[in-house]
Amino acid sequence: MMTASHRPMLFAIFGDRGGQILLGLLLLAAILVPILNQMVPPDSPLYLNAYRVSLFGKYLCFALVALSVDLVWGFCGLLSLGHAAFFSLGGYCMAIHMMRQIGERGVYGHPILMDSHVFLNWNELPWFWYGFDSFVFTFAMVLLVPGILALVFGWLAFRSRVTGVYLSIITLAMTFSFMLAFFRNNMGFGGNNGMTDFMDLLNFNVRADATRCGLFVASAMAVGMAYILCRVIVASKLGRVLITIRDSESRARFLGYRVEYFKVFVFTLSAMLAGIAGALYVPQVGIINPSEFHVAKSIEIVIWVAVGGRGTLYGAVLGGIFVNYFKTFFTTWAPDYWLYALGVMFVGVTLFMPQGIVGVLSKFFGKKKAEADKDADKDVGGDTAEVTAESPEPAPGPAPESGGGR
Amino acid sequence: MSWIGPRRGGDSAAGIPYPVKVVAGVFSTHLPKFSAVFLAALLVIFSGALAVADESAGPSESMVNSLAAKKFGDKRAAIEALAALGDERVIPVFEAMVDGNLWLRKSDGKVVIAQAQGSVYVLQDPLTLAEIGQVEKSEIKSVRANNKLRRMIRQALGGLTLMSADPARRVVAADAVFRAQSADAIPALETALERENDSSVASRMERALAANRLMTTDDIEVRLTAIKTLGGHADPEVQALLASVLVKGETEGLDESIVAAVNEALESVEQKLFLWGLVGDLFFGVSLGSVLLLCAVGLAITFGVMGVINMAHGELMMIGAYTTFIIQEIFRAYLPEGAFDYSMLIAVPAAFLISGVFGIAIERGIIRWLYGRPLETLLATWGLSLILQQMVRTIWGPTNQRVSPPSFMSGAMEFASGLTLTYNRIWIIVFSLTVLALIGVLLRKTTFGLRMRAVTQNRRMASSMGIRTGAIDALTFGLGAGVAGLGGVALSQIDNVSPNLGQTYIVDSFLVVVFGGVGNLWGTLVGAFTLGVINKFLEPLAGAVLGKIFVLIFIIIFIQRRPRGLFALKGRFVES
Repeated sequence: MMTASHRPMLFAIFGDRGGQILLGLLLLAAILVPILNQMVPPDSPLYLNAYRVSLFGKYLCFALVALSVDLVWGFCGLLSLGHAAFFSLGGYCMAIHMMRQIGERGVYGHPILMDSHVFLNWNELPWFWYGFDSFVFTFAMVLLVPGILALVFGWLAFRSRVTGVYLSIITLAMTFSFMLAFFRNNMGFGGNNGMTDFMDLLNFNVRADATRCGLFVASAMAVGMAYILCRVIVASKLGRVLITIRDSESRARFLGYRVEYFKVFVFTLSAMLAGIAGALYVPQVGIINPSEFHVAKSIEIVIWVAVGGRGTLYGAVLGGIFVNYFKTFFTTWAPDYWLYALGVMFVGVTLFMPQGIVGVLSKFFGKKKAEADKDADKDVGGDTAEVTAESPEPAPGPAPESGGGR
Repeated sequence: MSWIGPRRGGDSAAGIPYPVKVVAGVFSTHLPKFSAVFLAALLVIFSGALAVADESAGPSESMVNSLAAKKFGDKRAAIEALAALGDERVIPVFEAMVDGNLWLRKSDGKVVIAQAQGSVYVLQDPLTLAEIGQVEKSEIKSVRANNKLRRMIRQALGGLTLMSADPARRVVAADAVFRAQSADAIPALETALERENDSSVASRMERALAANRLMTTDDIEVRLTAIKTLGGHADPEVQALLASVLVKGETEGLDESIVAAVNEALESVEQKLFLWGLVGDLFFGVSLGSVLLLCAVGLAITFGVMGVINMAHGELMMIGAYTTFIIQEIFRAYLPEGAFDYSMLIAVPAAFLISGVFGIAIERGIIRWLYGRPLETLLATWGLSLILQQMVRTIWGPTNQRVSPPSFMSGAMEFASGLTLTYNRIWIIVFSLTVLALIGVLLRKTTFGLRMRAVTQNRRMASSMGIRTGAIDALTFGLGAGVAGLGGVALSQIDNVSPNLGQTYIVDSFLVVVFGGVGNLWGTLVGAFTLGVINKFLEPLAGAVLGKIFVLIFIIIFIQRRPRGLFALKGRFVES
């Protein structure tokens, strides 16, 4: 019994080549980036300026939200277009906390109220702003606000068996209504200007290089831990049920599983991960406004997952980083053509790369990967003869490089 | 005229079909004889009218010239004489006199209207308003009026415009009198009311008369009847007037019976206004609903019938709107101005065809590879929508394009209650219903419709019956896209034509289809109008944005209750 329940855990973390690479790279980045920023002198070619640190941190936040979408879409078949909302809600919670830290240093110098509240002639803090001066409370809210929203929304939707595109459309409607709501000045969240000019986080100046490095490390750790958590889930028996639901929901139901419980669980968890991503995102970019709730944003998150490779988890992380890096590169190089590139990416990936980059890469690696999987599956060492027999076949040496260059 | 003629000449008791019959007869057998009689009758009528015009003689030049008399008494007599004619041509003379633009030409003693233009004065004949030359200031002398005369002229003017031949001017005059509220206007109003044939103008005059009587007399009986008359008018101004009477009554003391009558009238006015408000909300709701319907009908075909999530639907509408824009530009550039109104006749089919061709291309190029994978279709078509948007932005720029309404779509119906129904909204309602009806006919009564339904219900069976399912898929998608283009034509009339046009409506369109129930045109119709009306009724209560949020929440909750929409399809194939 003990070993049986223990194995998926080990398997989850070490059993999968992509995951190993991902965790290794994250660890490397978490160590290297602060060193390159803090220790290397600014005139050195290796020096990483604070802007880039935050930029990479931002990619990691996107990777985290992509991971959370992959958990529900890749493994449970729920194409949620509400993750931009969960992400932004987490971000808003963090932004409110940082607004409270500003204190009297705002433009109007009001000790409690935010500048936009003073501007609206409000005399006291709206009730939903209370408690956010405490970091612990804020952290709880970052998890709870998206979590409870997803719990209620998911429970209502899954109980009445809203599935497939219907779920996509109503989650889209939810995101859209959040955007409309947050654009209203009277909501007390800064209206269309959102919130910006943050100063401190946990008494560290958010604009200082060291804080940025800290946030980057925190983001890397969050992605790593979230990845392990997701791996544990999908590799466990629970994960098997999720995949069953994805592939044939009615069969899962006939087998006696309460499908809606599983869906609500995974949806809520995923929303919480998205919330954390948002909370880490806001201090690194220094602003949040209602356009984060935009419908397009929600759909873009899904395309990150699709580009990386749906249903692999590490593919989602890869996709989130890759697409956004590509976006940064492209929008500075040829801003007018970015939407063409993004559009072509959407069409091309769905038509020609259903497995995403991960699928293409594993094709290049060919059977090496299959064999690695086999290795992990059977811990019997006796099959080495078969392995050596097969290894010359996928031979192409330069292939991984050309694959990596894409 | 042609059908009035025979009706007069013959026996009109035969009812409606009669004139039609007679007209037919006229043009076949009795044509020569009858038309001669008819023409003769026309001649008599017109010559009579001309004769009457001559007899009334109008204001003569000498009468106008006597306005420049030395004594104010003579001037007064001249004004009275002119006013008594009740002729419109006097109006500019009086207006000029009040404004100090009436001058006496020293050379011949003729009274003229003169306006300073630079250093010289441009002269106009006071009656014909024709320009009759320019003079130095020294050559003319001002026709003076004192305050007493001016007041007199103003009253005469009010009376004169009440007699104007143009009903719109009469309405304006009556409303001016309503607001002015002076006892002096009453006689003029009474005579005008007697002569009035147009019922809507008469009602405005009645309103003005009642208001004047109420505010200027002390006779309780007269005031009571006036209040009663006012109570019959649903009008915010009447409401304000009655309320002001009550307020005034509190300070000055008012007869009990009048207070009671005012209260009663006020209540009736408020009730009527409330009803009008409901009618207005309903109209705007239906109007919004018809826009939603136009957006959603195309989706109901692609999503509802084919199960394809087409996120580029909004961009197909945008293509329709840009087609309208281009066709209008072509009309502006190459055709005479009068032809502009017909641009819509070309734009509607052109938008349908162009969007339809885009649709077919999209289906053949992308969507057919993704059947059975709706979520992937969603992503691919979203990507496509980005490409189309950016394409339009590259070609025409991100700014709004100028699309002007044809003359029959501009303007509005206005009601006394303050309700304004614009013609473009009314046309869009008609247009959307027509489009829906045509699609219904196409789906149910044509071979194409039959094949389409066969393919969606059982593809393999349809294929084995010899239907080319691929072609039907392409055409169906093309139809949905073409209808989106038609929606774009309508949207170009009420919204900005810009690359973002489609994005604004895409979420709403999906919600309409999902709310109404997939695969059902009735559902789309009911869904669109319900959402439109709910939205417009919520707007005054909660504000536009909050109202919209409530509608979204309503839909989200509704879908929990009925996951397949209002008019759900039933059966096993729904599950798959």
